Amino acid sequence: MSAAVQPDSFEFTPENMAEVKKYIARYPAGRQASAILPLLDLAQRQCDGWLPRVALEHVGEILDMALIRIYEIATFYEMYNLEPVGAHMVRVCTTTPCQLCGASGILDACRDELGVEVGGTSADGKFTLKEFECLGACVNAPIVWIDDDYYEDLDTDRIRDILKRFRAGETPKPGPQTGRQNSAPSSGATTLKDVGGPNEVGGE
Amino acid sequence: MAKLTIDGEEIEVENGLSVLQACEIAGKEIPRFCYHERLSVAGNCRMCLVEMEKSPKPIASCAMPVGEGMVIRTNTELVRKARQGVMEFLLINHPLDCPICDQGGECDLQDQAMAYGYDRSRFHENKRAVKDKDLGPLVGTNMTRCIHCTRCIRFTTEVAGVEELGATGRSEHMEVGTYIEKALTSELSGNIIDLCPVGALTSKPYAFNARSWELVRTESVDVMDAVGSNIRIDSRGGEVMRVLPTLNEDINEEWISDKTRFACDGLKRQRLDQPYVRRDGKLQPASWDDAFAAIAGRIKSSSGDRIAAIAGDLADCEAMQSLADLIKALGSPHIDCRQDGARLDASTRAGYVFNTSIAGIENADACLLVGTNPRHEAPIINARLRKRSIRGGFPVGVVGEQVDLTYKTELIGAGPQSLEDILEGRHGFSATLQVAERPMIIVGQGALARSDGAAVLGLCRAIAERFGMVSGDWNGFNILHRAAARVGGLDLGLVPGDGGRDVAGILDGASSGDIDLVYLLGADEIDTDRLGKAFVVYQGHHGDAGAHRADVILPGAAYTEKDATYVNTEGRAQHGRRAIFPPGDAREDWTILRALSDVLGCTLGYDNITQLRARMEEASPAFAAIGEIPHTAWGDFGTSGTMDPTPFGLPVENFYMTDPISRVSETMAKCSQMAADTRSGKTGTDG
Repeated sequence: MSAAVQPDSFEFTPENMAEVKKYIARYPAGRQASAILPLLDLAQRQCDGWLPRVALEHVGEILDMALIRIYEIATFYEMYNLEPVGAHMVRVCTTTPCQLCGASGILDACRDELGVEVGGTSADGKFTLKEFECLGACVNAPIVWIDDDYYEDLDTDRIRDILKRFRAGETPKPGPQTGRQNSAPSSGATTLKDVGGPNEVGGE
Repeated sequence: MAKLTIDGEEIEVENGLSVLQACEIAGKEIPRFCYHERLSVAGNCRMCLVEMEKSPKPIASCAMPVGEGMVIRTNTELVRKARQGVMEFLLINHPLDCPICDQGGECDLQDQAMAYGYDRSRFHENKRAVKDKDLGPLVGTNMTRCIHCTRCIRFTTEVAGVEELGATGRSEHMEVGTYIEKALTSELSGNIIDLCPVGALTSKPYAFNARSWELVRTESVDVMDAVGSNIRIDSRGGEVMRVLPTLNEDINEEWISDKTRFACDGLKRQRLDQPYVRRDGKLQPASWDDAFAAIAGRIKSSSGDRIAAIAGDLADCEAMQSLADLIKALGSPHIDCRQDGARLDASTRAGYVFNTSIAGIENADACLLVGTNPRHEAPIINARLRKRSIRGGFPVGVVGEQVDLTYKTELIGAGPQSLEDILEGRHGFSATLQVAERPMIIVGQGALARSDGAAVLGLCRAIAERFGMVSGDWNGFNILHRAAARVGGLDLGLVPGDGGRDVAGILDGASSGDIDLVYLLGADEIDTDRLGKAFVVYQGHHGDAGAHRADVILPGAAYTEKDATYVNTEGRAQHGRRAIFPPGDAREDWTILRALSDVLGCTLGYDNITQLRARMEEASPAFAAIGEIPHTAWGDFGTSGTMDPTPFGLPVENFYMTDPISRVSETMAKCSQMAADTRSGKTGTDG
């Protein structure tokens, strides 16, 4: 944790505080520590995508947890950032299935397009690039996880296009980028072709 | 009970035990790193793998509860292979620096690698390196050696009660550390050095000082507090190298406090190694004969009732017995062992010991703390209280200063008034005590070392009787002492005789000129300015306050240098043993008094320690049963009377410096500084 950029104070906004209470109420009395993950997420969203020390401390106070316990969790999950990040978080999956489908090229394209190395934040402060382990959507490999959405079935051109549009202030449509529906076979229906009706492949 | 078969032998064990524990009962040795009897089960090192029938894979025996009809094999090829695999993985990132590692020779990993390690590595990549953490002046770190067993994390969280250590990061990047780099704020932190199965956490003061095989081990008893922790003194040549705990389930389990462990470097500094006599206002080296002659001359020109003696906090029972006999032989009733002025009544033993016993705390179901901070006065007892507290159903009320005891307490009030409220049922805690089946009260010296101490003691007795703390085989009345010598002194009757003066009286007498000679047996925690013009004989081992004021100094032995008896706060007599010889001309304390009695013409009636111990047994039956707590009958003690409404103070201001040994210890000085910094908001590792 670098000290230079740490803000002096943190408090949940009233809206977030209401959320916090909702999360805590999900667990029995005395087990409020179970709400740690959503609370850290709320705090991170409120702090432009990262968790300053004061936020960890604030969450610790709310949940009556020792700071080291909070810190253990915040460092265990890669989704929590303990350093300031760019406005958009670009996480490229590089685990085997994505790798086989060209994740290296995707990662190179991101590096080139954003002008940063893995772990870095672009000069304009708009993007932070990260490499991630399996995002669990291997059917639609290769995948890039940007902010809260998965962008699937990518190739180098498509990811470049997506990043360009993010830079321009747009939010491209998430999901498969090849036009296929969700995780349906990429080569079209292969089975149950003659069933028709509500079970028809591709039916809503 | 569950019946299971281990390596072909049938064995019946209690339900709820783990397979590992069952294997131990069956006499099978199971290697382990993360498992520890006194900590929660983590199950992460995987070294304790055994084969279980009907299980496709070997199981971690520490985390598998026993079941009826289980068939366990601990010595098959599969088990051996599995453990070898685990060992190989553990060694992937473990440096091969045993020759420069302090743990070398007493390292679990080293030992187990002898049994399960390969003779060469198949790992050709780079090993990982981890930045060392600064955990303060006591615990040195070499985090690259860490195998992530998490014993230290579990100890600090569960036993010590300070949630400061944790595992940050994950997988390859996992590190054991603190939130913000800071020194550990526990009085028990040194125990994580013993717990660490590798050389990741080592003793900072002992770093690179000795190898375990060079050391001579002497089992003894600690004197830094009144707990009487069982210790092992490791010495080399004439030097104490370190102090480690030994197992005693009834007292310290296997922990010791940081002061017990680390104050031993104070044994090498400011020692009195030869007699001194004050001539022309200056202390000058002298021979034993000169020193004795100076004392004899002074005593001859005085009379018995103008001589007084005070026994200090570290005095052993043999020396105190000899001192009491000598002072009596000289015809003086002025003797006291209660340096702090605690109004303890020596006539009823139940009124000055920890009757519940330390292990007995675990059977209590409510507790009232009066004028005490057990965390500083007896960290080991505080750990027991915490152990009981986290089991639940153990409300703890505090009368006195509110301090962080590492478990939940309820502040009732600050002074005697609150005790009266409890007695009269005016406070909510009265009801708590009323419904408790085995309530206990712990009275500290903060409540007794004041002018109305006897009345406070009487009030505490009334509370004990009112709330059924003393009934049948349960005695919940406890005095928590902070000096190793105190209970022994009271047992041996080192309190003023008929018309005798107590410590305050002796000091008054000395300042007013009514007392000619004061014999200080290691008594340093008195106001030496008030000794006036009295001739002061100081017998002790350190050049502390008493020695500075002395007219004659007789160099004695520290606790590591004599065979001596100490009675802990429970009233349990234990033998300390000599690990090394006293420095220079210094002698074991009782022999000094015995020799002096010869010169004074009132020879004490014992020539060896066996005879002396027989004399002690006469004085108190407590000395007949070493290591046991004799039965103590309930009795009448304390007085009634008006009490000063002043809040109870805490007897220990600075945990790390309470006696002549810890006051000169460099390590303890660093700890005091760290504790002061922590209080003022620094992290303890600044600069």
